Amino acid sequence: MDETQSFWAFSLQEVLPQLAEGMTLTVELTVAAGVLGMLLGLLLAFARLSRHRFLRWPVMAYVTIFRGTPLLLQILFIYFALPPLADIRLDAMPAGILALSLNAGAYLAEIFRAGIESIDRGQMEAARALGMSHGLAMTRVILPQAVKRMIPPVVNELAALAKDTSLVSVIALSEMLYVTQRLGAKYFRPWEVYGWAALGYLLIVWSLATLAGRIERRLAVRGA
Amino acid sequence: MNRDHLGAELLKVTGLTKKFGNATILHGIDLTVHEREVVAIVGPSGSGKSTLLRCLNALEYPTAGSISFRGRAAFGTVGESGFKPHSESELNAQRSMIGMVFQRFNLFPHLTALGNVIAAPMWVKGLSRDAAQVAGRQLLARVGLSDKADMYPAKLSGGQQQRVAIARALAMEPALMLFDEATSALDPELVGEVLAVMRDLAQGGMTMVVVTHEMSFARQVANRVVFMDGGLIVEEGAPEQFFAAPKHQRTREFLSKVPQ
Repeated sequence: MDETQSFWAFSLQEVLPQLAEGMTLTVELTVAAGVLGMLLGLLLAFARLSRHRFLRWPVMAYVTIFRGTPLLLQILFIYFALPPLADIRLDAMPAGILALSLNAGAYLAEIFRAGIESIDRGQMEAARALGMSHGLAMTRVILPQAVKRMIPPVVNELAALAKDTSLVSVIALSEMLYVTQRLGAKYFRPWEVYGWAALGYLLIVWSLATLAGRIERRLAVRGA
Repeated sequence: MNRDHLGAELLKVTGLTKKFGNATILHGIDLTVHEREVVAIVGPSGSGKSTLLRCLNALEYPTAGSISFRGRAAFGTVGESGFKPHSESELNAQRSMIGMVFQRFNLFPHLTALGNVIAAPMWVKGLSRDAAQVAGRQLLARVGLSDKADMYPAKLSGGQQQRVAIARALAMEPALMLFDEATSALDPELVGEVLAVMRDLAQGGMTMVVVTHEMSFARQVANRVVFMDGGLIVEEGAPEQFFAAPKHQRTREFLSKVPQ
């Protein structure tokens, strides 16, 4: 190792290649937990909106628990406490994805529920009065309108998720922050290492926001 | 208007009671509507007329009493443990035969005017897009909006939106049309165009139950006027008799307060 290496030589040779590997894992975690979290969130939201108490109450308990405890604790719990408790032993990657998905699902469920509830009651009534079933009215009338309103808060949540993936470094998943910390300790040139990592996260979140902006504009040209 | 042209009994409401919690909104309503009849329901706000209309399309379930439509129990039956609705498919089938027009239009804002009209025929009846569009354009022409087919509701005036909403309800070829204060949310200068469409419908033989504050419409178009107050039908009769010689004190008080 050459202590006198220039900023660019050091960045290109030592930092960026390894950081890129970590970033790949960060993106994989974000996409996997994002997709699973949205599916889970949608299921939870519909259960929460159900007429049946035995569907609503467990969801309320679920959301309370996952919003009320730190994500870091949830990650540690799933990785370290599940094996002795339930004899479920997960590798770091599945454990990390599971914890992030379960957590994001709780927040996304509330976003989806609020989005669906924000649509005027008259829309459902008009659809039902035309003979549409509840499911048909939901998928063809309510959701298309609700989705538009949900995009900004969902992007917020996904941005938070992208950054929260850094917490799985505690179970030794070599995502971007884990790699960064190792590099920082090894070379003792923290500002370059952490600076690049910050840019890496910015890039991910910026890409996400750009994509969402495009979707939102495409939906906006059609109707109110 | 004479009643000779009226057909068979279409809708029969017997002892209809509706409670919300401890509040009783409807106290045992009896009402029969025949084919091709236009019934206007008038009365002060809070008299239960909108709730009655909403029960006629199962947007509210009755607490007691029964509704029959074409001689069959409509939407479900009131049992010992409350209202037990029919199966979802039967409920939807009955609802699709009864069109409803709302005070606040309730058009689907993400669909064009034509899109609103063809939605239920395509999704519920399974009509092809082409067939639904042909019928949909005819309906829009009938309410005078041929040139607005591709406009989104947000770009239409209130009167135009309500006319699209009428076309949307007609697209399911209902046997009965319900109007819930269809002109109450409109600017005064837009009321006439909607009433004109409703008048055309009535003259075309559509069976209609119309909750309205437009006494001139009730007087000129309805076969029968029903006056409700406090969740009860206080008085009903042919419009000429109802307006010229109301029998009840409450009816007279109401009529003295509203513009004729």
